[in-house]
Amino acid sequence: MPETLDNPEVPVPEELKGQVKITTLDRIYNWGRRSSVWPMMFGLACCGIEMIAAAASRYDLARFGMEIMRPSPRQTDLIIVSGTVTKKMLPQIIRLYNQMPEPKYVVAMGACACGGGPFKEGYSVVSGIDKFLPVDVYIPGCPPTPQALLHGLITLQKKIDKQSIRKVKWYQKHESREVPVPLLGPDLIDPRDFPELEECEPSES
Amino acid sequence: MYGWGILKGLGVTLKHFVETFWDDLRWLGKRYFNEEALAVRQGTKARGIFTVQYPEEKLTLPEEFRTIPFLVYELDEHGEKQYRCTACGICSKVCPPQCIWIQRSTDPETGRPVPSPIEFSIDIDMCMNCGFCAEFCPFDAIKMDHDFELSSYDRQATHIYNKEQLSKPVSYYASIRPTNYAREEEARAAKAKSKAEKATG
Amino acid sequence: MQSGAEGACVIQGTGHGMSEPSKQIIHDAVETLTSRFTDSVKPDERQGYSGLLVDPQKLVEFATVLRDELGYDYLSSVTGVDYLPDGMMEVVYHAYRTAGGAALVFKAQTPREDAVVPSLVPIYPGADLQEREAWDLFGIHFAEHPDLRRILTWEGFHGHPLRKDWKEAYFEEDAKPFDIRWPDGKAIRVEDSTQYRKNVSYPSEFTLDGWVPEGDTLLYAGMGDVQASDGNGDDIATDTIIVNLGPQHPSTHGVFRMVAELDGETIVDLKPVMGYLHRNHEKIGERNTFLMNMPFTDRLDYICSMGNNFGYALAVEQLMGIRPPERAEYIRVMMAELTRILNHIWAIGFLLNDLGAYFTPALYVIKERELILDIFEAVSGSRMMCNYFRFGGVARDLPEGVIEKVHDLVYERLPRHLDELDAYLVQNEIVRARLIDVGVLPAEQAIAYSAAGPVLRASGVPYDVRRADPYSIYDRFDFDVAMRPNGDSYDRFLIRLDEAHQSLRILRQVLRDIPEGEIQTGKPRHQVRVPAGESYGRVENPKGELGYYVVSNGTPNPWRYHVRATSFINLSALGEMCKGHKVADVVAILGSLDIVLGEVDR
Repeated sequence: MPETLDNPEVPVPEELKGQVKITTLDRIYNWGRRSSVWPMMFGLACCGIEMIAAAASRYDLARFGMEIMRPSPRQTDLIIVSGTVTKKMLPQIIRLYNQMPEPKYVVAMGACACGGGPFKEGYSVVSGIDKFLPVDVYIPGCPPTPQALLHGLITLQKKIDKQSIRKVKWYQKHESREVPVPLLGPDLIDPRDFPELEECEPSES
Repeated sequence: MYGWGILKGLGVTLKHFVETFWDDLRWLGKRYFNEEALAVRQGTKARGIFTVQYPEEKLTLPEEFRTIPFLVYELDEHGEKQYRCTACGICSKVCPPQCIWIQRSTDPETGRPVPSPIEFSIDIDMCMNCGFCAEFCPFDAIKMDHDFELSSYDRQATHIYNKEQLSKPVSYYASIRPTNYAREEEARAAKAKSKAEKATG
Repeated sequence: MQSGAEGACVIQGTGHGMSEPSKQIIHDAVETLTSRFTDSVKPDERQGYSGLLVDPQKLVEFATVLRDELGYDYLSSVTGVDYLPDGMMEVVYHAYRTAGGAALVFKAQTPREDAVVPSLVPIYPGADLQEREAWDLFGIHFAEHPDLRRILTWEGFHGHPLRKDWKEAYFEEDAKPFDIRWPDGKAIRVEDSTQYRKNVSYPSEFTLDGWVPEGDTLLYAGMGDVQASDGNGDDIATDTIIVNLGPQHPSTHGVFRMVAELDGETIVDLKPVMGYLHRNHEKIGERNTFLMNMPFTDRLDYICSMGNNFGYALAVEQLMGIRPPERAEYIRVMMAELTRILNHIWAIGFLLNDLGAYFTPALYVIKERELILDIFEAVSGSRMMCNYFRFGGVARDLPEGVIEKVHDLVYERLPRHLDELDAYLVQNEIVRARLIDVGVLPAEQAIAYSAAGPVLRASGVPYDVRRADPYSIYDRFDFDVAMRPNGDSYDRFLIRLDEAHQSLRILRQVLRDIPEGEIQTGKPRHQVRVPAGESYGRVENPKGELGYYVVSNGTPNPWRYHVRATSFINLSALGEMCKGHKVADVVAILGSLDIVLGEVDR
């Protein structure tokens, strides 16, 4: 058991130290979750290849309890957005995200997923998945090496460690984390922009 | 015989399986967390389990390895950072995704440009780690870093690196790229010498 | 050739270049064509250009003669060029003879505003996807094309992005470097300066009222009609159903989508749908300077970035009229052949993954791949995005220890690994049952559909650019062009092993002969002067023929930069190959084609 599980605030009598561990509900709950994060088998571009490499024997995601990559979003805890997000692909990514059960995490892997990357200027590239999804960890690099990805996932585990059951969003009432799915029109249309789109006469920029 | 091919294939798998234990035995429990063993384990003679136990042990990065660029500075006798950068702009011109922004200083009295940057920014969300900036910098002022552990929880505030964040001492550069550093220092010394000779002669 | 399968067959290499006789053949063909079509065909006499200009009216007739009488049976590349100042669109075709030799280039010009050119799909079915791409990106209408839909963008997209007067939301300037970066560069995020704070722009007449997304109506048109049963004894009418595989599917090797029409579990029709990774490679490439495109080419076929670098370097070197020094040539070949081995074992591993072997074979090949990547990392600084080639050379000399490592790999590790793969998979009954006679592509069809690389050669066509139209120093090496006769998925699997063995053979010769010396012609420069003209540089990339069509007008930026992407064109035949097979076989067929989405969608 990792030492983070022990609750140092509660004194344990010396003679019981070998037999008794005291922890908090949050810690044991987070420990369970952080040690079995199942990512979605979902590669977008070049970074996806590095993600496969990270899952293979040299870097071995299994050491972090993350080796079980599920192709179905219903069985996953983590979506690693690994590569360039294009406008054509975005609706599918959002749908996949919406289908994931809570608690769910988003890792933006690589420059493209973080902020558009070298292809940012292009007409069909979304400048960062964080325009649409709540990203938990950003991993810069083009592409990040598998070790950098592992570092990012460790960073995610640290984030999970700090969460508290009482405060996390997915146990709050009336709290939906569903993201409206964008539409493909003459260009990408985000439903959240509808009011603005109706209000002002759009002009070509 | 039907099924012979499958059996033969399973034999290969079995061989791999046995090899892992064999290699463990060979190192007598010192296979992990041991520099020497890591080099063998990750080299062309590797047998058995191939895993590098990141983060406890890390792969040796080759000298040319590149992530994002950094600016080289030297400390002068007053402890001030002296940047090699002259704000000539070549790196920002050669940058394929155009992620380098340079603000050149001007002399407040004459209004003439001064060869040093006031601000130097790189948007690491656009940088493609191609290394052109370092390759074509005539002053050895910008180099590619080895640090890949850059994950963060936020990008809006942190992912446009400013001059301060980009700065690293020349000793750091010498430590990550010793061969390049030695070669460049030699060239710089030769250049300085010929310049001095020209000035005196 | 130690793979134990029956039917192995190779063509003995000659090791000779064929540039002189091939020039003669081109010359003769041009003579014949210009005399036959006196009014409608004339040589392209612009400075730096070559080939023939064909009147669009006569294009189909011209192509028929070219294919049937002159033997130019292989249409490699079709693309458009927007000559905005001349108010003209040009469609550029590159045709080859599968017997070998250089390209015959022909072009059809049409007015920009009403660009119409007859489709060549009836003569060269391989033009199908490429013409759709030219329609999508340039708005060139191909008359009589059977299925002219958008391909990389989506139905309803505004405008045709590669037209020179089309501007995107994040448009800054026509050419890099952008002025606001230096000397007064204050970093901004470009989205902060656009209206919606996103990379979007809408046509001025667009309103939300009454707007309906177009969706996939055109794609599904003609699919899923009610069919009568095939008379299995009961006269129950059955419907075919439409199933979408992808874009998020574990066996599509990325974000690729296939729409399959099924009768029970049998494929009646299958259409590939791509564009989910369309990253505007060509639009960005035309804004870049010549050198800036080099790292972008890494991201095309991101498994084999060294090979991509090679093709682009060749195309621009042709225009500049330079050649790299000897040592650089050898280093280039070394990297290209290592890339080939890497790609082929990766393809085999993931083909097995697709067949349901889950991850084990893939793990074994990834282990070897990592060792090759270590070499790339030591040489170029990056595992995958090597950016190692420069015009007239390579970026830096091989660091210490690399040659020894390559030596170990080439003489010990990789041969052992290939033999192991052989023992592991080739005679495996499940592999054989899943692959033999699945997705057969006969030789004539493979040529007609412009299939390239291992896909073409597994169909019994011994066409390898390294031998048919040698580039760099490939005419010096002794190697065999691997060929397999059956054209099924199993042959496409075996041929990758064969080719990896041949690559090892080339690598041994490279290690033996590599000289000391310079690695760069002239001083490395970031601004290269490229004379006006056109060039087509092609290499035998692991996945097949990779071509770069570059047009320069003398400025620091290419006027046109087009990539003939192998994976993209190899998909032309996918529908044909899948028909009549079961759904599970589609996965095997796609796996045996070995596509990579960065190259399909660019």
